[in-house]
Amino acid sequence: MIGVHNITKTYAGNTVLNIEHLEIPKGDSFGLVGNNGAGKTTLFSALLDLIRPTTGYIENSGIKVSESEEWKSITSAFIDETFLIGYLTAEEYFYFIGELRGQNKADVDALLAQFEDFFHGEILGQKKYLRDLSKGNQKKAGIVAALIGNPEVIILDEPFANLDPTTQIRLKKIIKELAADPNVTVLVSSHDLIHVTEVCQRIVVLDKGEVVKDLATSEETLKELEEHFNK
Amino acid sequence: MFKHFVSLQWKSFWRAASLSSGLWMKIFMGFWALYFIGMMAFGGVGAFFLIKKELCLDPLEVINRFLIYWWVADLIFRYALQKMPVINIKPLLILPFRKNKIVSFAFGKTILSFFNIIHGFFFVPFSVLLVAEGNAPVLNVLLWHIGLIALVYANNFLNILLNNKDNLIYAVAGIMIVLGGLHYFEYFDITRYTAPFFQGLYDTKFLFIIPVIAAVLFYVMAFRTFVKDLYLDAGLATKSKTVKTENLEWLDRFGKTATFLKNDIKLIKRNKRARSTVIVSALFLFYGLLFFTGAVEAYDGPVWKIFAGIFVSGGFLMSFGQFVPSWDSSYYPLMMSQNIKYREYLSSKWWLMVMATFISTILASGYLYFGWEAYLAVIVGAVYNMGMNAHVVLWAGAYVKTPIDLTSNKKAFGDKQSFNVKTLMLTLPKLALPMILYAIGHYAYSPYAGYLLVALAGIAGFAFRNMVFDKIERIYRTEKYATIWAYKQKK
Repeated sequence: MIGVHNITKTYAGNTVLNIEHLEIPKGDSFGLVGNNGAGKTTLFSALLDLIRPTTGYIENSGIKVSESEEWKSITSAFIDETFLIGYLTAEEYFYFIGELRGQNKADVDALLAQFEDFFHGEILGQKKYLRDLSKGNQKKAGIVAALIGNPEVIILDEPFANLDPTTQIRLKKIIKELAADPNVTVLVSSHDLIHVTEVCQRIVVLDKGEVVKDLATSEETLKELEEHFNK
Repeated sequence: MFKHFVSLQWKSFWRAASLSSGLWMKIFMGFWALYFIGMMAFGGVGAFFLIKKELCLDPLEVINRFLIYWWVADLIFRYALQKMPVINIKPLLILPFRKNKIVSFAFGKTILSFFNIIHGFFFVPFSVLLVAEGNAPVLNVLLWHIGLIALVYANNFLNILLNNKDNLIYAVAGIMIVLGGLHYFEYFDITRYTAPFFQGLYDTKFLFIIPVIAAVLFYVMAFRTFVKDLYLDAGLATKSKTVKTENLEWLDRFGKTATFLKNDIKLIKRNKRARSTVIVSALFLFYGLLFFTGAVEAYDGPVWKIFAGIFVSGGFLMSFGQFVPSWDSSYYPLMMSQNIKYREYLSSKWWLMVMATFISTILASGYLYFGWEAYLAVIVGAVYNMGMNAHVVLWAGAYVKTPIDLTSNKKAFGDKQSFNVKTLMLTLPKLALPMILYAIGHYAYSPYAGYLLVALAGIAGFAFRNMVFDKIERIYRTEKYATIWAYKQKK
């Protein structure tokens, strides 16, 4: 589904990303962990063609992301608050994304209904613009917006950060359900090793821009990760 | 302790992402500042001689009559434009500073503000001439001057006190407009009652004390409120209003473009910065008065008619359009990773500008009063704006890379951003080209040939629309990464 080929990204002589080859097959649930500055967000931004790699290229469903925009119709993401439109209410934002992804209002409403639990009554009908919501609630809106329109590739950067415990548990359930769909590829990054081992079948550890571990999740994975980061 | 504040301020100014970027921009800003200062000084000198020599009146008396308007207009301008002195106060709150210190520094900063200094450039030369040419006693002029300075600072602190009292300021502005109108049509002259006060500043040796007391009073009041409100949930809180979800379904007939149009309309309605830009663009509608009434001699040349036409119909295009796509800067990565074709995004912006130009043209039908030729210039300007300028503005936008903070009015005017060489070059086809085309037609044949040439250029722009869009799209695409990067650099 996604192929990373000889990617490097260098800022002023400082290499922040250097991945020779990484293949993420369709239906995978892929977790990315690493300390600050390991290159997680850089990799995700490159996947979305938001930054241009210094060398190499990335393919999404066989399309080079920097050459065609066709991949955009099957891909969605929530990276940070720059994916929210601050002056819209949550509903307006969802409908806007829905329209861009070819969903009418009824489709969007149907999808939103599934997330009533997740929203916990704090998103819909709030009479507030997104910019006035708390960080955690903004994140909830952003994550759900990334699920509109049946995307085949979903990229979530640090989805657990800023969420309250109840919402974290609900989000884990949502990601697991998505991962169970063989047509959906989920890419998640996190600083929380427990969450990520729980929801991802495969975990890649980045360190200073390089892949240092690539694990299929098992009973021992959490321990292995903890040892790795406890050096 | 003040040393720390000053150094913080110094760093925040010089390290701002947008400032460190270009020498060009600094030169340009410097040029603008000098221009303003020059205009004010020139105004001061000019006003003196105009009143004395041409009208044979006492300059001081005439100025004193109008000072009430000056004072209120100054307050309104400040309210709209001067920003609150909220230096990065939040991180300082828990540091061992006394709150009084923080506030006095913040206030001290406003004392040096452009809004206060600028008046000096008018009144100092004016006063010097009063003494030199009008043989006025130095002491009286000095006292008058102190009175005016005190009024300026009274406004400065009053503005801080009035922060976010929109209704009040609208009321003041409304009353002022009504009084101005009554004055103009000679029903009631407010200045008859206020002029003696201003004259008194000059005539008597004690009246100046009143504005001084007012300034001090406002200072103390503003100071107290500010210190009291130095809490995250009071003065430093960001205000949020309850709002309604809007769907604007009537726009759906525009198809895919409507999705963006709806967004842009909400953008304009809900963000302070965008709103003020639209208001400015409405002011452009009146710009033509300078040309068609013959108020300014320099504008009497025939070529200036087309210049006026371009501005009157294209106010929105010039003021709002020049910041496309920066309006979307705070969520540009979303736009760039969504299922959007560049073409659709650009064409929605194009439609927005065309629609606004169309509306402006209709609103400008008042120019028919000056003869249908005046309105013809507006219509021709509109055709050129839609056909050519709308494209040029989009093209220039690809090089605009300064993020816009939608929620604040900060730097709404004289924003540094678009002053890079490329956008500067692109103003040429926007303004100079139609003027040249008109001049060719006008001098070679007749005024109508001039209009025809300009209109044809606009229509040619329509004809090549697809080609031009292809080209613009390519430029946006190559500039995309640099733009995303630049929009990330917050101040």
